[in-house]
Amino acid sequence: MAQTSTVARGGGHSSAPARRRSHRPPRRSGGLPAWVVPYALLLPGLLVIAILLLYPLYQMVDMSFHKVGLRQIRPNPQPAEFLGLDNYTQVFQSDLFWSSLRNTVVFAAVTVGLTLLSGTLVGLLLHKLGKKMSTFVIVGIMAAWATPPTATAIVWKWLFDPDAGVVNWLLNLLPDWLSSLVFGRADWSGQPWLNDPSTIYLVLIVAVVWASFPFIAVSVLAGLKSIPSELYEAARVDGSTPLMTFRRITFPLLKPVFSVLLVLSLIWDFKVFTQLYVLAGGTTNRDAFNLSLWAYTEAFSAPPKMGFGAAIAVILTVIMLLITAVYVRQIVRTEDVR
Amino acid sequence: MNPRTAKQLKTSGLNAAGVIVFLFAVFPVYWMVSTAFKPNDEIFTTRFIPFPLSPTMDHVSRVLTKGVAGHSIWQYLMNSAIVAVGTVVIGSILALLAATAVARFRFRFRTSFLILLLIVQMVPGEALLIPLFLMVRRLGLYDQILGLVIVNVGFTLPFAIWMLRTFVAAVPKELEEAAAIDGASRFITFWKVLFPLVAPGLVATSIFSFITAWNEFVFALTLINDQGKYTMPVALEFFTSQRSTDWGGIMAASTLMTIPVIAFFLLVQRRMVSGLVAGAVKG
Repeated sequence: MAQTSTVARGGGHSSAPARRRSHRPPRRSGGLPAWVVPYALLLPGLLVIAILLLYPLYQMVDMSFHKVGLRQIRPNPQPAEFLGLDNYTQVFQSDLFWSSLRNTVVFAAVTVGLTLLSGTLVGLLLHKLGKKMSTFVIVGIMAAWATPPTATAIVWKWLFDPDAGVVNWLLNLLPDWLSSLVFGRADWSGQPWLNDPSTIYLVLIVAVVWASFPFIAVSVLAGLKSIPSELYEAARVDGSTPLMTFRRITFPLLKPVFSVLLVLSLIWDFKVFTQLYVLAGGTTNRDAFNLSLWAYTEAFSAPPKMGFGAAIAVILTVIMLLITAVYVRQIVRTEDVR
Repeated sequence: MNPRTAKQLKTSGLNAAGVIVFLFAVFPVYWMVSTAFKPNDEIFTTRFIPFPLSPTMDHVSRVLTKGVAGHSIWQYLMNSAIVAVGTVVIGSILALLAATAVARFRFRFRTSFLILLLIVQMVPGEALLIPLFLMVRRLGLYDQILGLVIVNVGFTLPFAIWMLRTFVAAVPKELEEAAAIDGASRFITFWKVLFPLVAPGLVATSIFSFITAWNEFVFALTLINDQGKYTMPVALEFFTSQRSTDWGGIMAASTLMTIPVIAFFLLVQRRMVSGLVAGAVKG
């Protein structure tokens, strides 16, 4: 888009004659030497990243080997006691670790699967729809995408309310025999969804899928638009079925898009915090913890065990970076990073 | 069945599917807004009331005048706005400088810097929260909105640079070279030539940072202590007490918080997708 406006302003025709191919503007007296300029431009941003992201990253690892509690948080902090790997041993021996890890992984797997599936289907649908209809649907899904995470969680909490919630009302509308056949019960009045971890996660999955399928759909749509229509013409002439066309043309060509979307969704869903915090009602329901909520709770509820929390955070970060390695490789391969 | 009817049938089937997707996406947002305008007896009922039968401004005006947890809702909105605007102002200056460096110059460590940008975006903010909390405390920024602004700048900056650099790269280099030949100084070239052309991209990037900071929850929850300094996402939690939730009020407040985001979102949606999946989608 920036490009069109440039051309409109006559940017396409440069009046620079001989110097066109030079990499740097000619050096003028009084300014910085040319080779310093990029570093000078980069320095402020790099400093911010170093202080706010890299140094804390180092500190987090360092803290995970220490006992960091109230005495280290107060003014005039005492030096933290070195524990070696004790925090990690404690984490691995805790029952909460295995339940949080299970919650994290199962939630991410189910949510990513459902998000990608529904997002891709909607993307394909948008591609098939007429222009007006597709704009209409895009504006609609944009509303779901744009809703802030806290508001998302609150609205779904309300929709799943035991007494006045729309979901229980809907389930009660089902014919009794069908409801009993599928769910083993006919009356849903007062069904509390947000007490038990398994149903908390059910609501969480619905809420997160609702908020994240629009991004997948719009990205898949952008990818689909980039595939030349001649390929589909050819497939049609050769008598290919729609499913075969998807498997042989659409999917292979969109593979880079899908792999980026897969990794981005994994990253977002692995560290889900805000929505879970709201739906689980804070930090009291220990069975509903995932790794980030557990780390947060250990570090910030009394008595603060920050070193222990940091150890959990390190484990989460390592999992994330392993997943991300794929994404970074993908981007480095396709982008003009070099 | 003749081919034409088959085609019409297919089109209406697709349109029906489109309407279902639309309803699924919009209904929760609609429900939030409509609950905000319902009187309490229409809210707390097991019946399904599709729209406010006797619409009321009670919840909205109660939220606007009385606020929540002893502070006006305007104060929370103001805190959110300060955090978001502060993040955008500081962040976009830093991002513009760095993006110019990366898009306009070839230098040692350029590739390393770009890869660093990618990797730091993957580190979960919730994980860095613990050391950041201690750092903010030691710097005397605990319970200060300024501290929240600084932390948000750190977390929005990598993506802002990543997104902005494509906009800088899209401006033809020849324009700046022409200005340089005409004797313009480096600063004038930047300010009078590059900046106006990058402005649309800067707006898109800024809106993205704005939304991120506006929605941010866990840093605000942890780095602030004084009730009156919390931002909107945290303030929404105050509508829920141990025993009950003020659903009318919380929906009115959520609506107030969501409106600016949806408005901004429709403005930048297309560019955001291209920024996020850059490289994977051509075109």
